[in-house]
Amino acid sequence: MVADTERERPRADTTAVERPHVDRWVENRPGAGWSAAALRELWDYRELALAFALKTLRVRYKQTVFGVSWAVLQPVLSVMLFTIVFGRLVGVPTDGLPYVVFNYAGMILWLYVSASVTSAAQSLVETRELVTKVYFPRLVAPLSAAAPGIVDFLIAFVILVAMLVYYGITPGWALALTPLWVLAAVATAVAVGVPLAALNVQYRDVRQALPLLLQLWLFASPVVYSSSLVTGAWQYVYALNPLSTVLDGFRWSVAGGPAPGGSESLVSLVVVVVLLVTGFLYFGRVQRSFPDVV
Amino acid sequence: MSVPTAIEVEGLSKRYRLGQNLGGYTTLRDSLPWSRRAENVQYLWALRDLSFEVPEGEALGVIGPNGAGKTTLLKILARITEPTQGVSRTRGRAGALLDVGMGFHPELTGKENLYLNAAILGMSRREVRRRYDEIVDFAGLEKFLDTPIKRYSWGMYLRLAFAVAAHVEPEIIIVDEVLAVGDARFREKCLNKMSEFGREGRTIVFVSHDLGSITQVCRRAIWLEHGEVKADGPSEDVVRRYVRGAFQETPQATFALNPAQRVQLLSAAVVDPSGNVVDVPQRGEPLNLTVRFVVREALPLVDIAFSIHDRRGIRVLDEVWGADTGGVLTIDDPPQEVEANLTVPPVLPAGDYVLGVWLGSSYDGKFLDLEALRFRVWPRPDDPADVSERDRIAQPAVEWNVRRIGAS
Repeated sequence: MVADTERERPRADTTAVERPHVDRWVENRPGAGWSAAALRELWDYRELALAFALKTLRVRYKQTVFGVSWAVLQPVLSVMLFTIVFGRLVGVPTDGLPYVVFNYAGMILWLYVSASVTSAAQSLVETRELVTKVYFPRLVAPLSAAAPGIVDFLIAFVILVAMLVYYGITPGWALALTPLWVLAAVATAVAVGVPLAALNVQYRDVRQALPLLLQLWLFASPVVYSSSLVTGAWQYVYALNPLSTVLDGFRWSVAGGPAPGGSESLVSLVVVVVLLVTGFLYFGRVQRSFPDVV
Repeated sequence: MSVPTAIEVEGLSKRYRLGQNLGGYTTLRDSLPWSRRAENVQYLWALRDLSFEVPEGEALGVIGPNGAGKTTLLKILARITEPTQGVSRTRGRAGALLDVGMGFHPELTGKENLYLNAAILGMSRREVRRRYDEIVDFAGLEKFLDTPIKRYSWGMYLRLAFAVAAHVEPEIIIVDEVLAVGDARFREKCLNKMSEFGREGRTIVFVSHDLGSITQVCRRAIWLEHGEVKADGPSEDVVRRYVRGAFQETPQATFALNPAQRVQLLSAAVVDPSGNVVDVPQRGEPLNLTVRFVVREALPLVDIAFSIHDRRGIRVLDEVWGADTGGVLTIDDPPQEVEANLTVPPVLPAGDYVLGVWLGSSYDGKFLDLEALRFRVWPRPDDPADVSERDRIAQPAVEWNVRRIGAS
């Protein structure tokens, strides 16, 4: 076996010190936060993120009878329930869309966000064995947790298309913006999931509180009802929940209906960016202590 | 020309909060200022002001009793955890093998786990594809690659795990005790692989309780004790001093319960026939070794093995009890405590020894501690002073017969 010089293995370092006549030095010293090198290293570990995501996908449907159809069954069953309760019994406004379509469109994106946040929050705790025995940029774990849900979303999206055809709904030019809303949903899930993952390492209260918080979040988002119920200055308070804009925007793109307001969207955007930045900073500050605490 | 340095460690210290790693996680309430737990925080220095250098291509062995800071040192070198003070530098990436089969998922097939495990150890997909045949060959599991590994035996699991680990090629290789699992032939294969790495000029840091493999793989060794370097030098010298110097006062060792371990050692001791600990085991008397385990999983046929190494790291004794020797012990309602006694006839010369203990089931190792107990066999009061100093492995009661048989 010859030691080959051209290896594509990720080269890891937090602080690279250039020295004469040697390669790169990898340093470990107390209290290093985020740095350019740490971010570059994150990119070097993209294959690991992919491997984690693939593992989640593969494991999820092994030894299940319905397999991948769960990706569709889950939103369909929720929508059936909500259609009976809110569509028939309560009769909430739906921006002129059939309740089934209205609810399903919101539901598949919401399920993506809630599943990704849940799995990101558990990501470091669940890979405890790895965190204490292997080095990798810890952010890889919550980030890769946001990926597998995309696949479920895409499968569920096919059913949405079928529904649109069945009800004869033709989307307008806004259809082209669909990827943007999905991306916004990913950003929201990451912005919430990353700090929760770090918090969960230290305080397992997160796992207990999360299902409740997600339920609150669901009803604070326009999934089962239309945001047209919220009027006046409350619209801006409502927009503090980025999903209000994301879900409205997504529905507008795929099924028509009212577009999200410009200033409300701006509020939501600012909230997501602030969450992302503070979440990453918080994660960076505490990540080095994970192996000792988790 | 001097050899460039591969590892530099300067003033390295690591402090753990006691309970942090042992009692699990904290809850929000515990960190509130009025919490009782917040008041009595205690700290433990796992490493204290450690400094050393390793030149490129050197194999460094690290030895020391449990809790001396060996694993902490490896974790800092591999950047798994950060030091409290000081700095460690490695030239290039340090790949740590602190366990085998990391990230293995029971539901995934052998092939899927192979790729996942390789990614975790830092191999790219391209690299794995290039060396795929080699890895599969090493593991010898071609037929089972599409089988979920939950159907693998422990031996197959280990072979797959090691095949991947052996093909990762970081600049610096850090190995902790992983060779301790598996059977003797497999251990030999792994040691050969390590020696091969060494011949290729890779830098190796190797932690093990198996002093024999330390001297086999490493030319230099560091002896850690309470987080400090107690000795640093040629591995034979350090190992000899370690075994001679670091024996327990009373030949008895007890271990804290750890429910995470499926099979765990509770105690090991030198006892008299009525079960009391013998403070001063003497040469020329039978040596009763007694060991207690907790077994927390059902095991069909239990095998138990004891080994005794002397101060030079030579294995003077290696005895197996179990199916092959007509012993039948089955654990079908775990958890169960198991006691094993071995009486060694009076053959050991005075000196310092290390008892190793292994427990397995149908050749699958479930537990191994090659340093379960260190004990000293004392010379008899009437032994001439020089007898205990002589280099020998065995000193049974021999019978001399010397006489004059007539003039010639």
